[in-house]
Amino acid sequence: MMKFFSLIPVIAIGVLLLWAGQDFPEWGDVESPASQSPVSSHFIGNTGVDTEVPNMVTAVLADYRGFDTMFETVVVFIAGIAVIAILSGSTTGRRRRKDHEVEAEPDIIVTNTVRLIIPILQIFAFYVLAHGHVSPGGGFQGGVVMGASFILIAISWDLEKAMSRFPIKMCMIVAALGIILYGGIGLLSMFLGGEFLDYAELEKVLPVSREMARYHAMLGVEIGVGFTVTAIMFALYANLASEGRLKEGL
Amino acid sequence: MGEAGIVSELFLERLNYCIYVILLLIGLWAMLAKRNLIKKLIGMSVFQTAIILFYVSIAVKEEATIPIYLPEHDPHGAHHQAGEDKNESHVSEHAHGPKVLDPKTIKGYANPLPHVLMLTAIVVGVATLGLALALTQRIYQGYGTIEEDELLEKLDRADERASLSPLITSKRNAERRKKAQQAKAKTSSSSVSKKAKEGTSSTAKVSKKKSPSGSSQPSVKKGAKKKA
Amino acid sequence: MIGLEIFNTFILFFLVVAAVTSLWVKDLLVSAVVFGVYSFLMCLLWAEMGAVDVAFTEATVGAGISTVVMVATIFHLRRKSND
Repeated sequence: MMKFFSLIPVIAIGVLLLWAGQDFPEWGDVESPASQSPVSSHFIGNTGVDTEVPNMVTAVLADYRGFDTMFETVVVFIAGIAVIAILSGSTTGRRRRKDHEVEAEPDIIVTNTVRLIIPILQIFAFYVLAHGHVSPGGGFQGGVVMGASFILIAISWDLEKAMSRFPIKMCMIVAALGIILYGGIGLLSMFLGGEFLDYAELEKVLPVSREMARYHAMLGVEIGVGFTVTAIMFALYANLASEGRLKEGL
Repeated sequence: MGEAGIVSELFLERLNYCIYVILLLIGLWAMLAKRNLIKKLIGMSVFQTAIILFYVSIAVKEEATIPIYLPEHDPHGAHHQAGEDKNESHVSEHAHGPKVLDPKTIKGYANPLPHVLMLTAIVVGVATLGLALALTQRIYQGYGTIEEDELLEKLDRADERASLSPLITSKRNAERRKKAQQAKAKTSSSSVSKKAKEGTSSTAKVSKKKSPSGSSQPSVKKGAKKKA
Repeated sequence: MIGLEIFNTFILFFLVVAAVTSLWVKDLLVSAVVFGVYSFLMCLLWAEMGAVDVAFTEATVGAGISTVVMVATIFHLRRKSND
């Protein structure tokens, strides 16, 4: 019954959106208002002069709109902490035997292949993070690939082996460290006389020009974001796979 | 026939917007109408990605390249070129420093602003999904089900039980505790009659737990059936 | 650029099919995996549109973490859904 009643507002919204859709610009139109806006033209034109970073998206993300990125990192951190808080009051004392569950030993082929893959994966994560300035990449992507390498350990062996490499306390410390790094760079530039997150003022401590100071501060900020995202992605998986008890999991 | 004009304009030239709207509606309907909590979460995620898709497709420009500087506009191209042309006497035209681009070259790059905003949106979306899945696990541990209608039934029953006055519930708890102590004292000695008495007391306990306001006769029968 | 138009329409059509399949099947594990397929198709579409950063992020976060976390949760719940 609910399925039928909920179709009515859904179809109404659909008709409204489709009727408004006639006014949308055609796909790929160069004269559309979004492409003509002065803000994006300023970003495209002035990124090279202001920051000497070839990747416009990273420059806008970490420098021109760095405030957004800082609070996005804080949101990810809060989500991780909330998951730990929710699942730490877990109540399954006895182990329910589910019908799709089997007891399995770590397979020898899988473990040996993964042993070869994981170092390469982690080096790739560092590469993606450091090369965010000149190629698609940056802090988020590198952090997630790094977190995925720890999840791979947890899947191929068992969760305890992954927890012995990266315990939950270390996860929280690393995540907090990432945000402190980000905010610290912003505060440092404030103490040196500029505004919060005005990286150009860092030329007073680093022996580089104003533009290159923004370049290097962007790298520092992306490293902070990478730390937080790595730790939280692994903490999210570890808590969800073991219902908060962190003893055994998938 | 202005209607035919609208239809052809909408469906032939702007087909992609129609599909975005269809995806939006699928996600919205799944959140409203599905009863399983995991299906609702999948609907939420479909909704979010449809919005992100719509937003990013505004940033497309025809014949435009990705928003990373080409080598001729590259701000570091100056240093690179200067390093290579050390042996040559004339200065190549790329050897001056980074400069502001003119509007004609700006048209050759895709718009980076929606990409940036949608990067944030994707990451916040996955954080929300993780939190929602943790809540779903807790609900399953607490109530044993994740279907919405069964959940609502159990919540109604829990509300009923919780809305009794505290005097009645404390009296009932005291009685239950006394009976549990008696049963424990009786099981320490293992005679058959005492076991039978414990059987009736436990069925009475079970019947009291199951139906607080029902009559004793059918509940004792229910308890006996449970024992058998 | 007619080939690009056909490609885009094809992928968009598959997107709708994947979304509907993910919501229709009764087995939750199949739902989660088809949701991963949906994420990968999105990533392909964005890479073709020129949004390479967004495609990279969606490939790692959407098709990687999101699918794994959903499968890890479904492992502890009942695998069959009533609707």
